[in-house]
Amino acid sequence: MSDVILVGLPYIAVALAILVGVYRFKTDTFSHSSFSSQLLENQKLFWGSALWHYAIVLILLAHFIAFLIPPLWGVIYGGATVAFEAFGLILSLVGFLALGWLMMRRFSSRRVFVVTSRMDWVVVSLLLLQMALGFLVALSYRWGGQWFVSSTAPWLWSLATLNPQADYVSAMPFLVQLHFLVGFLLIALYPFSRLVHLVFFPIHYLWRPYQRVIWNRAPRPGLGAARSVPEDIRLRRLSS
Amino acid sequence: MDIRAQVSMVFHLDKCIGCHTCSIACKNIWTDRQGTEYMWWNNVETKPGTGYPTQWEDQEKYKGGWERDSRGRLKLKLQGRAGALTNIFYNPSLPTLDDYYEPWTYDYKNLFDAPEGDDQPTARAVSLVTGDFMDTLEAGPNWDDDLGGSEVYAANDPNILKALTENEQQAVRTLEQTVFFYLPRICNHCLNPGCVAACPTGAIYKRGEDGIVLISQNRCRAWRMCVSGCPYKKTYFNWSTGKSEKCILCYPRLESGQPPACFHSCVGRIRYIGMVLYDADGIEQAARSNDHGLVDAQKALIMDPFDPEVIAGAKRNGVGDSVVAAAQVSPVYKFVKTWGLALPLHPEFRTLPMLFYVPPLLPVIAAIRDGQYETTAGMESAPADETGPNLNTVDQARLPLSYMASLFTAGNLEQMRKVFHKMVAVRMYMRQEQVGDQKEEEVEEALRRAEFTSEDCLRVFELTSLPTFEERFVVPPMERERAMDGELPPLDPYSRKAAGGFGFRDAPARRF
Ligand code: SF4
Ligand code: SF4
Repeated sequence: MSDVILVGLPYIAVALAILVGVYRFKTDTFSHSSFSSQLLENQKLFWGSALWHYAIVLILLAHFIAFLIPPLWGVIYGGATVAFEAFGLILSLVGFLALGWLMMRRFSSRRVFVVTSRMDWVVVSLLLLQMALGFLVALSYRWGGQWFVSSTAPWLWSLATLNPQADYVSAMPFLVQLHFLVGFLLIALYPFSRLVHLVFFPIHYLWRPYQRVIWNRAPRPGLGAARSVPEDIRLRRLSS
Repeated sequence: MDIRAQVSMVFHLDKCIGCHTCSIACKNIWTDRQGTEYMWWNNVETKPGTGYPTQWEDQEKYKGGWERDSRGRLKLKLQGRAGALTNIFYNPSLPTLDDYYEPWTYDYKNLFDAPEGDDQPTARAVSLVTGDFMDTLEAGPNWDDDLGGSEVYAANDPNILKALTENEQQAVRTLEQTVFFYLPRICNHCLNPGCVAACPTGAIYKRGEDGIVLISQNRCRAWRMCVSGCPYKKTYFNWSTGKSEKCILCYPRLESGQPPACFHSCVGRIRYIGMVLYDADGIEQAARSNDHGLVDAQKALIMDPFDPEVIAGAKRNGVGDSVVAAAQVSPVYKFVKTWGLALPLHPEFRTLPMLFYVPPLLPVIAAIRDGQYETTAGMESAPADETGPNLNTVDQARLPLSYMASLFTAGNLEQMRKVFHKMVAVRMYMRQEQVGDQKEEEVEEALRRAEFTSEDCLRVFELTSLPTFEERFVVPPMERERAMDGELPPLDPYSRKAAGGFGFRDAPARRF
């Protein structure tokens, strides 16, 4: 059983996320949007959206650093362990409350309610559950910043290097395993929901030129031309 | 010099009758879909008035357009680059649906299906967003239509609040002084567009060939910064598809040599469209001019289409012969450059809008006063004398010059007065020609002041009052075939059949 959840599910989830994600982007670029509802409801959104996004970004960042760059994690976490744990606990609570607030907003504002799809409800419920689990795990099994590095991180690495070893985590408490389960479920849902918006965070705005000019065909070098020349035209050019 | 071509426009406000035909033509073609009901890519506002969305000109609220920092560099009023990323979860300056209005239809079915009863059945309003009944309708398209002297609308026009003295504001609200005109607005297809600059993704772009500003529906991710970045509030967020949309200047029509639908259908024939050649190298410099120099700096970007150097520059950039030829007979060039009659709307937003307005010389209104029929009642303190109406009343207009200057010259009164002097000259000259009741020396003085010859007056009159369809709309087909073939081997003209179009092969609806 634990192999299904700790080995099978992660592989299926990541495969779905990548394969379906790429397929969806290739075949249905139009559907990629964050579907902001700010135009419809502005007041309740502020506390919910800003707090939720900042909290979850920091939390995910901590997870990823601890998994991907353990030495760096050692330095920042080791330096201020207690403060870090406390901060993490507060963040997860803030994230949970903000998300709850957002969910309440979707119920209470008619305008937002009608633009909420079934998948939105599924995703937001799972996220809420995941935040609650994360908070409870952090609360009941202290010093997660430490045991994560020696148990969860090696397990994830074993998965990433195609040498899956569930033993690292199979003896962990139920709450923790449930947190894993929901996490990978969310990854599996990523390509089927509006979660796709998170890979489009426009970091390149920091350096892109303000103005964009596109020519159907650049008349001379240095002027940007439209990037997508339809396939059939490219082929014709090659053959003639 | 980096010479490019731009489809540019002139609206002659003296001719607009406020019929909204333009708005309807546009709506029927482009924004009659779920999520776009509230959008009016073309809208016609009554001025003075609060406009659509409410008080859109108030950039302290909406933060659209550009401003200069202490070192004279341009920056978006909305936010810096890092600010865009930190505000992405919540845009503090976004207008909400209530700043526009909640779109609705009526429950017409009830008129037929209602059970028999004592009362007439009614068709209640139904929200097009939620589908719920709406009991009170508090705002709608053109809610302030024709409410020129209104305490609610006219009095809260940002230009009135900003540019007029207390007394002048009082006068605008006085019933006997009521005055208004119409301001049709579409996207200005700016040279320095705020919408393009504000989009974090870079989904918005200006077309090199004709300067039309478009939003890639495939690249838009609903970060909605363009809605704020455009000071004219001419990008709109489609709440149903999660994509921003804006006026596309009917490019499918333009590409085949037809004017956009709002131009084509305009009942007052106030609209002119034509090509201009401009120097793209000067854009930033022009947008950084001081307030009172902005209009001249922008006009200086528009080049003489007969200048051989300009033509050579255009050729270097691949501007086709037919485009240059069109630029040489452009009605826009005449109004903006040759005659200096047309001005950009709110140049102080610094986006260099390429839609220009001939300001309204507000009407000669007749009224009975002391039992006398006076044709100059529209112009206070300008008594008619036996020789006919006194048309020479720029500084006594009911709407103070400062109001017009706040709209069209960033507050530069001199520049505004000059345009009106030209319009007065044309009006007096033509009145003298056709009715002959003006004083000869006054007409001459008016011409001198306007720096117009009688020939100029005639030409302006002709293009204002008698232009044909072909004179108002000078758009060459966009040379699409040429642009695609160019120096490359010839293409089978059918190769793009069913592959191009508007770019959608799936319904543009929400799927996830
Ligand atoms: S008027 Fe049009 S081109 Fe100019 S900033 Fe607004 S949307 Fe962009
Ligand atoms: S159709 Fe022409 S005259 Fe009528 S409101 Fe529009 S711009 Fe004015």
